[in-house]
Amino acid sequence: MSGHVVSVRLYVTIFLTLLVLTGLTTGVAFIDLGAYNTVVALAIAVLKMLLVVLFFMHVRYSSGLTKIVVLAGFFWLAIMLTFTMSDYFTRGLDNPPNGWGPSISAPPNP
Amino acid sequence: MAELSAGSAHAAVHPPGLRHHFEDMEQQHEAGNLGMWVFLVTEILFFGGLFAAYAIYRSLYLPGFEAGSRLLDVKLGATNTAVLIGSSLTMALAVHAAQTGKRKALIFFLLLTMVLGAVFLGIKFDEYATKWHHGLVPGLKWAPDEEMYKNAPLGSVELFFCFYFFMTGLHALHMIIGFGIMTVMTLEAWGGKFSAEYYAPVEVSGLYWHFVDIVWIFLFPLLYLIGGRY
Amino acid sequence: MSTAAVVESPAGSRVHYLNASYGIKSWLFTTDHKRIALLYLGSITFMFFIGGAAATLIRLHLIEPTGALVQPETYNKLFTVHGVVMIFFFLIPSIPAVLGNFLVPLMVGARDLAFPRINLLSWYLYTIAALLALYAVVSGGVDTGWTFYTPYSSTYAHTQVIATALAAFIAGFSSILTGLNFIVTIHKMRAPGLTWFRLPLFIWAMYATSIIQILGTPVLAITIVLLAAERLLHVGIFDPKIGGDPILFQHLFWFYSHPAVYIMILPGMGVVSELIACFARKRIFGYSMIAFSSLAIAVLGFLVWGHHMFVTGQSVYAGLIFSVLSFMVAIPSAIKVFNWTATLYKGSISYEAPMLYALGFIGLFTMGGLTGLFLASLATDVHLTGTYFIVAHFHYIMVGGAVMAYLGGIHFWWPKITGRLYPDGWARFAALIIFVGFNLTFFPQFVLGYLGMPRRYAVYPAEFQVLNVMSSAGASILGIGYLIPLIYLIWSIRYGPVAGPNPWGAKGLEWETPSPPPTENFEEIPIVTEEAYAYAEPEDVHG
Repeated sequence: MSGHVVSVRLYVTIFLTLLVLTGLTTGVAFIDLGAYNTVVALAIAVLKMLLVVLFFMHVRYSSGLTKIVVLAGFFWLAIMLTFTMSDYFTRGLDNPPNGWGPSISAPPNP
Repeated sequence: MAELSAGSAHAAVHPPGLRHHFEDMEQQHEAGNLGMWVFLVTEILFFGGLFAAYAIYRSLYLPGFEAGSRLLDVKLGATNTAVLIGSSLTMALAVHAAQTGKRKALIFFLLLTMVLGAVFLGIKFDEYATKWHHGLVPGLKWAPDEEMYKNAPLGSVELFFCFYFFMTGLHALHMIIGFGIMTVMTLEAWGGKFSAEYYAPVEVSGLYWHFVDIVWIFLFPLLYLIGGRY
Repeated sequence: MSTAAVVESPAGSRVHYLNASYGIKSWLFTTDHKRIALLYLGSITFMFFIGGAAATLIRLHLIEPTGALVQPETYNKLFTVHGVVMIFFFLIPSIPAVLGNFLVPLMVGARDLAFPRINLLSWYLYTIAALLALYAVVSGGVDTGWTFYTPYSSTYAHTQVIATALAAFIAGFSSILTGLNFIVTIHKMRAPGLTWFRLPLFIWAMYATSIIQILGTPVLAITIVLLAAERLLHVGIFDPKIGGDPILFQHLFWFYSHPAVYIMILPGMGVVSELIACFARKRIFGYSMIAFSSLAIAVLGFLVWGHHMFVTGQSVYAGLIFSVLSFMVAIPSAIKVFNWTATLYKGSISYEAPMLYALGFIGLFTMGGLTGLFLASLATDVHLTGTYFIVAHFHYIMVGGAVMAYLGGIHFWWPKITGRLYPDGWARFAALIIFVGFNLTFFPQFVLGYLGMPRRYAVYPAEFQVLNVMSSAGASILGIGYLIPLIYLIWSIRYGPVAGPNPWGAKGLEWETPSPPPTENFEEIPIVTEEAYAYAEPEDVHG
């Protein structure tokens, strides 16, 4: 068979790292970093995902094809997010942009 | 047609678990693995649509989404994250046991994975019950106490809870499906179907389980954390 | 054609996939990709005539400016049924699920698709979805249009929205499973020596199509889930009254549904590449360009969905980007058209029935594609959107393109599928009738749309009547054109002359195995040693 056997030791290390990162991201949520709270939370989530994908799911040891398939999934997700957001974040451009706040032309809060 | 046809090799050896239309175990294993990855890509886009909608509404209705987020129990969320990561570890160890042909270890880790999955779902159910009790279930029981959302626009809070239930609900549904898959795997492992030569179904089920874990890895910060806890 | 040259033992004496086993169970529980292809052929033909019946009623109704036939409410249901059935239950599965299912394993030299049971499952999902859609029709119908736009679909429509949307959802899963199967088969099950650049262009087209099915369809699925949840629970996800944004529904819907246009047309392009090469007796011109243009269309197709939303309140800046990208899709499409034309140049062309469809495809697709550019530019779109110009444009692509290619493909591979030849004269006659009927139906609609007649209206001003009557007359010719092949193809199964393995003298692995092929496709898995389309080049007349 072609499967790569990862050592139990490495699995446990990854697991412990994931636990630490979970603790970290939870802890950071209790500190006011402004907009960076979101950035940090998502960055840690991406890091955790990478650990799971690369080691638990063996992508690090997989063929180039598997890697391309995984990347394609995320690439297309990025297409969807980017182009949809390109609409929402440029709708109120006649007015001064106000970052992540409610945009002017957006439907009002109910 | 040349003499050295792959078809002749096909007829000669036929290991157990090899389906007739594949040439050899290697081809079958790679096909199964690729098939699951392609399926997981569809899952990325499936959840992706939900994530996109969530991101857009969150940016439009930030105060309501933050208020809604603070109504979730971060302790339970974090606990569940740890439980699910643990189940990913036991799943990885189950695949490891399958690869090395350890039948008893395989069954043990599969069962442990299911136990952790059940713990996750139990905690999730408890959270849902609390939300029901507080009238925070849009469409079915929506009567939140004004104390709870502290002047945030009620409509946006409701929208946040719509997404909370869709996202966690679809995730839980995937967990339940994973539960079914693990049951089948355990039964087949019990029956001695797998060996160090043939373990592809376990590996492929593992990929699915890890994927469900990854979805939660994103749901936890998006729903529980980034509303701010300070 | 040299049908007599190939001597074949009388049908029945040789075991093939059709006579390997008998009885209803041997079909309903089959995992043979060729039998599943035939199951699909039966189902989608049925659905095609359901959708066609709705179209007939629409055209009959529009003979009179005040509406000749039905109430406006019923008219809304008619065009919705026509759209839903034709798109989700005919066009999307047509070439992939019938010809693709039959041909992909044969063309790559495999014994079956990678996951035969999943293949069968996809047909069952399709059937369940189709039955659900038909249930929705007979239990009151649905009047939202095939796009299910919110908030009408989520809040105001009192028709069978959920059943129809659920049908589209299930059909989507069927489509995903087909795409998944093709991707894995093409990657992992090619015969020895069959490198990527020796693959027939039909396989490249199916691969590109599968990419779209895999990456687009799940987004439609989640959108439908959200729509159904909103409708059932009355929560405001897309309803502006409760805080949602209906335009978000359109974003998510078109993220799938624009690429879905390419799910319909890319397989047709693959079929046409096969037909042109065979009946021009030439290697295809610009093989790699055609192959890569399929992938380019698959990728670019995901970047242009906003052009369906230029007048919805989408940001103008996003509209600009979507407009530019929409123009770019013309590039790979034009590459294909030019390469087909270049293949015809100095070819020894014979006008068999499949070739007539292929040539029809090239002309009609070009017209459909070029009128698409009118709609891609922001300013002209404001004038043309929501008019019959759009209707004509996408019917030139979908019917003039996809259906023409589908029929061409069916005629080309029919001898392989059934082992029988159909009457050639009738086939050419039908192809001609369809071409004439099609143009008479849809060309007047370009003019109507340009003059300002809106689509989806049950009535229209009297000055549009002449063009509408022309269109309806064309539709009746077109309808007859579709019935003729149905008759002679069914006739040929029993009475047609035996075809032999390769009646067209075509290249490709599928022609190297007997017709109909054995259940295992090949006695021995073939080893490929040459490029695709290795037709002997015609002599250069200029020396």
